[in-house]
Amino acid sequence: MKTPLCILAALTLAVAAAPVHATLNVLACEPEWGALVSEIAGDKAKVYVATTAQQDPHHVQARPALIARARSADLLVCTGAELEVGWLPLLLSKGANPSIQVGQPGYFEAARQVTLLELPRALDRSLGDVHAAGNPHIQLDPRNIAKVADALAERMAQIAPADAETFRARNRDFQSRWQTAIKRWEAQAAPLQEMPIVVYHKNVSYLENWLGLKEIGTLEPLPGIPPTPSHLAELIAKLRADPARAIIYAAYQSPQAAEFVSAQSKVPAVMIPFTVGGSDRAKDLFGLFDDTISRLLDAQK
Amino acid sequence: MRRTTIAALVLHALLCAAPAARAASDDELAQIRKQIEDLKATYERRIQALEDRLKQAESASKQASEAADKAEAAAQSAESAATKATGRPQAANAFNPAISLILQGQYGWVNPDPDTYRIQGFIPPSSDLAVGARGFNLGESELVITAGVDPYFTGRLVAALTPDNEAEVEEAFAQTTRLPYGFTLRAGRWRSAIGYQNEQHPHAWDFVDAPLPYQAFFGGSYLAQGIQARWVAPTDLYLELGFEGGQGLTFPGTQNNTSGFTANSFFAKIGGDIGVSYAWLAGLSQVRASPKDRTFDDIDSAGGLVTNSFSGDSTTTIADFVLKWAPNGNPAERNFKFQTEYFWRSEDGTATFDQFGTSNVVPGPLSAAYSSRQSGWYAQAVYQFVPRWRAGLRYDRLNSGAVTNQLASGLGLSAADFPLLASYNPSRIAAMVDFSPTEFSRLRFQAMKDDIADGVTGYQYWLQYIMSIGPHGAHQF
Repeated sequence: MKTPLCILAALTLAVAAAPVHATLNVLACEPEWGALVSEIAGDKAKVYVATTAQQDPHHVQARPALIARARSADLLVCTGAELEVGWLPLLLSKGANPSIQVGQPGYFEAARQVTLLELPRALDRSLGDVHAAGNPHIQLDPRNIAKVADALAERMAQIAPADAETFRARNRDFQSRWQTAIKRWEAQAAPLQEMPIVVYHKNVSYLENWLGLKEIGTLEPLPGIPPTPSHLAELIAKLRADPARAIIYAAYQSPQAAEFVSAQSKVPAVMIPFTVGGSDRAKDLFGLFDDTISRLLDAQK
Repeated sequence: MRRTTIAALVLHALLCAAPAARAASDDELAQIRKQIEDLKATYERRIQALEDRLKQAESASKQASEAADKAEAAAQSAESAATKATGRPQAANAFNPAISLILQGQYGWVNPDPDTYRIQGFIPPSSDLAVGARGFNLGESELVITAGVDPYFTGRLVAALTPDNEAEVEEAFAQTTRLPYGFTLRAGRWRSAIGYQNEQHPHAWDFVDAPLPYQAFFGGSYLAQGIQARWVAPTDLYLELGFEGGQGLTFPGTQNNTSGFTANSFFAKIGGDIGVSYAWLAGLSQVRASPKDRTFDDIDSAGGLVTNSFSGDSTTTIADFVLKWAPNGNPAERNFKFQTEYFWRSEDGTATFDQFGTSNVVPGPLSAAYSSRQSGWYAQAVYQFVPRWRAGLRYDRLNSGAVTNQLASGLGLSAADFPLLASYNPSRIAAMVDFSPTEFSRLRFQAMKDDIADGVTGYQYWLQYIMSIGPHGAHQF
């Protein structure tokens, strides 16, 4: 018993004596927030992204690698609104890092900065895996990204005051490029107004809301329930009578159900990158929207 | 003289001027009056105009202020909507803890009779072995209540309602949240962090029951009671060290009525990712207990039920390894999990035969030296081949190893008086398929063939349901 305690004590001293990190250590839950932190911080932050665009953010596990990153993060940037409910609480409790606990400056939820859509009227799991706080997939409306960027830059300035001016200046620069890009995207996407679409999961709602797309069905019978044959049959019948222009699924979702419905209903299945890294063109936040809009325009033609 | 003249002149001028003014007054006054009246009229008009404008301005400002009020109200409602949207608590009951409930049950075909279920070669845990009864069984219903106490602590209670209508405290602990340098302290009772599966609740297991080594060495799972200290290293590779110390609560320890530390454990865990598709975790842990009069029942050579006991030191060491795979690290569609643990136990002390003096062979109690060096392991693999469906295989193996039981030599007793301790290497194989409609429900079928005692081959088939109600469960690794 004495030996392990001695080792613990020695390790504690070693850690206490270790020099403080010069740059901001950021753990981003999803790639879009990792990309946003990089836009604002440049080389003033070391960013580790917990998930990739090929991973369903609902179904991630609290892997050892993530616990280790939570341990040494100065700032946690996550979507919130229960998107990471299955794994973030475990990272917080197992990571044993007081500075990123809920309510601390090191805990940043993007969903808190925007108005959430689709607030559930009733909370009952018989309605599927509903998110009590509203739809958490906020990143496909670029106006949300702008709001999050402002709040994030201020939060980063608060945590690393030495680099505060860098963060603010880079954010101003990002905002001006972003607003120009939004105007460009809105002009490009004008033909998409009222375009009827089918989605896999209700994770495209903010894009629909921004561009005026009209969602007429989902591949999932209920949120979080994988597509069932009976539901797909109903959907195909509906699409034959009242066709959509695209069946949209995210890069992390299996194309099987979308392609099946597409083959049966002659409505094209369209993969969207959904987040940074979801396609070759979606290398950063600008590429994410460039690619998403051009894929939708291709389907519209 | 000149002064007089000047004065006269001035006087004259003054006197003459007055009548001249008086003479001008009639015409001019009228003019002036008219001018004044004009002026007055003009002013009145202008005042009227000003008044009108004031009135307009006033009404405009009223409208403006009404508009402002409306805007404010709109802002407030927007804010309250935003408040709702962001899920900020609205009422005092938002401080209620998260409460979840796990409902479990199974239907079993078990042969031979589950009452005769004994793992040969191993001193059995005092509690019942984890094999379910035949037919319809209710599993343990677990009630989990958890919440932050304040900025410094969180608390958690796991109450198990057993099918025998008993309520058990499975876990009840408070834990720190704000200690620096990666430390966490905990006090209370909890599922010990030793091994891999031990910390997981039965509803999170991949098979209906615990692997054979867990049953033989810990009676299913090992609970710790006392204090726990954990430390996570500030490295990119996950490394965690921990110590648990306190009162022996479950097998292999006993509650000894002392104020010292009678059961302690140490653990070290290390893990990380290999590329994006693989993640691994390895651990090494040890439980050191000092059981006192740890009783177990056996049947002596005359066929009588006797209660024996063990007192001494028991040290169990566990090495565990878990590897998970999912295409692109996305387990939603397909995933694979491999898990194995190796157990090695040494016990040194005194064994007592027939604690209550009921034996017809030699009435006890009789005590003599006892020591054992025993081991066991299991390996299991579970594959989710399509969403919702998983299949798994598990192989369990125990090695009764070297046992020195001085009671069985001399003192009028023989090995036949300790049939449970007769050397044997039990093994078991299990296969399962489960279907999880959502993350909150799971239905499972499991088939097992066991060879846990000399000349006894057992078959078990289980149909099981596991349902969770309440907050979203944790995706443990």
